[in-house]
Amino acid sequence: MELFDNLWLGLQTSMTPVNLLYALMGVFLGTAIGVLPGLGPAATIAMLLPATFAMPPVTALIMLAGIFYGAQYGGSTTAILVNLPGETSSVVTALDGYQMARQGKAGRALATAALASFFAGTVCTLLIALFAPPLAEVALKFGPAEYFSLMVLGLIASIVLAHGSILHALGMIILGLLLGLVGTDVNSGAQRYTFGLPELADGIGFVIVAMGMFGIGEIIANLEHESTRDVSIKKVEGLWPTKEDFRRSIGPTLRGTALGSFLGILPGGGAALAAFGAYALEKKVSPNKAQFGKGAIEGVAAPEAANNAGAQMSFIPMLTLGIPANPVMALMIGAMIIQGIQPGPSVMKEQASLFWGLIVSMWIGNMMLLVLNLPLIGMWVRMITIPYRYLFPAIIVFCAIGVFSLNNATFDVYLMALFGVIGYVFKKLDCEPAPLLLGFILGPMMEEFLRRALLLSKGDPMVLVTRPISATMLAFAAILLTLVLLPSFSKTREEAFTEE
Amino acid sequence: MPKIRAEKDFWAGLLYVVLAAAFLWFGRDYKMGTAARMGPGYFPITLGWILGGFGVVSIIRSLTTDGEPIGGIAWKKLSILTLSVIAFAVILPKLGLIFALPALVGISSLGSEQSEYNLKAVLALVALTAFCILVFVKGLGVPMPIFGAWFDGVVPPSWQR
Repeated sequence: MELFDNLWLGLQTSMTPVNLLYALMGVFLGTAIGVLPGLGPAATIAMLLPATFAMPPVTALIMLAGIFYGAQYGGSTTAILVNLPGETSSVVTALDGYQMARQGKAGRALATAALASFFAGTVCTLLIALFAPPLAEVALKFGPAEYFSLMVLGLIASIVLAHGSILHALGMIILGLLLGLVGTDVNSGAQRYTFGLPELADGIGFVIVAMGMFGIGEIIANLEHESTRDVSIKKVEGLWPTKEDFRRSIGPTLRGTALGSFLGILPGGGAALAAFGAYALEKKVSPNKAQFGKGAIEGVAAPEAANNAGAQMSFIPMLTLGIPANPVMALMIGAMIIQGIQPGPSVMKEQASLFWGLIVSMWIGNMMLLVLNLPLIGMWVRMITIPYRYLFPAIIVFCAIGVFSLNNATFDVYLMALFGVIGYVFKKLDCEPAPLLLGFILGPMMEEFLRRALLLSKGDPMVLVTRPISATMLAFAAILLTLVLLPSFSKTREEAFTEE
Repeated sequence: MPKIRAEKDFWAGLLYVVLAAAFLWFGRDYKMGTAARMGPGYFPITLGWILGGFGVVSIIRSLTTDGEPIGGIAWKKLSILTLSVIAFAVILPKLGLIFALPALVGISSLGSEQSEYNLKAVLALVALTAFCILVFVKGLGVPMPIFGAWFDGVVPPSWQR
């Protein structure tokens, strides 16, 4: 069967000693940085990205993927132990996880989180292996008009399913698209918005934007609300969940995985919404409703399964269509471009071993997380207790050196400082940096696809709505936008992200 | 003069309008071309107008609906951290990593009220600097001068790389 051949190819690629080593390193570094409060997966990946440039493409992507789910897992650890969720997707885990920790059941909560995540990761690896190829087949038939519409749909969906103001998300996307156009126009060779600076001729590096906005900008915002955190953590013991814990976690894990897989495949769906949704669902169906918020194990298992499933499934649009569903995937796409791989449906055919190696490595990485992290919990606890005042200068150092190493140019460091300011100011105005980064990555691609689509149609913009697939996608985008503008829907949307 | 009821919307909107105006102004000489043959100006100019439109909508919304106040911007911390990064970039080629790193860490630490200046902090800084030199310069081969151009001829070349 083709599926097994493919998985076998993936296994061969991902099991080479080098790739195994880098997967391990990625998972380890990702968890280490993920447990540090105030650093999410996007910042972690942006910071470690330059270190992967010298590696072969497969190895680089395997390591980056490892960092991604490692950071995700690390974030949950912090959420459970000290009630400081590193990112939105582990906010819900903190609700019941932290209560469990306070009752001296931290070990069981952590183990449940790890097991639920591993289960979800395994299921999703299989789902990706099953569904990515047919999706890529379909995508191969796409013309430029379909691609353009798909990107419009992806961008719209990413803001509808995320939280925050729609208007500002749209504004940030447009700004991102514009910033993405800085540099030499591929078609005419004209310099755009370079102000005669040769450093800008190749455009602004996306790592610079990401590190500036997610690294520096985030630090400034964190320092503003600096507080003396109480990080006294009790000794974590009793790592193995009881039989009762298992029995109670199975249902939530299954439902969380299902919901997360479904939401994750939608552009922009991803981990956060999945976790919120899964928690809300469990609260409705669980026989232990009363315990929610007071340390219910279901409230840990379900969102953890869901956010891991959601995170993993967001690889599908990235791998098959070349469309990022969230900033992390945008960074992965950026990494592929730097490695000389054009993201899109052809990756699966032309880079079969990379494609399948990456997929299988996700499962291996998830297993490593399970085996590695529970025994190392003592170390993670010590890392969490590092005060932020020691952390943030180190983060800035790594950002500065990382950005410098991109082109060995101090110009990039100045640019990062600028994006730090921009990121902070926009954050203060409730304009999230994530849509800007998505637009930034997609900007040049959208322009190119639109140009080709209009060239083929001799300038008739109707081509976008007369081709059925393209029209369907634009219609979906329009429906989504209309829905959000309806007061009743937007109220539900607000509520989905304020689970208490 | 209508009253600003949503500060965040107002300033974000104004920022969009200003940025859109900048993109339109600096792109004013880019050739638009036709739809069938899009020139380099076609996409950015269109986007510039859309961004400006969002800005106007946001400003109008800020005058008609209530919203949150900004609640102060941490100008001091913002300047300190930005300055620390700029200092790093200025010092690196001239004096080298061995001065640029402590400058970056030292200046940025002023951004936190909780920073301590004691022996432990100094040791941590020395350790971090040594780590970066060993890992990034020696290990990964990032061409950052350990001692910068001002030390040419003063220290042996092997100390500079």
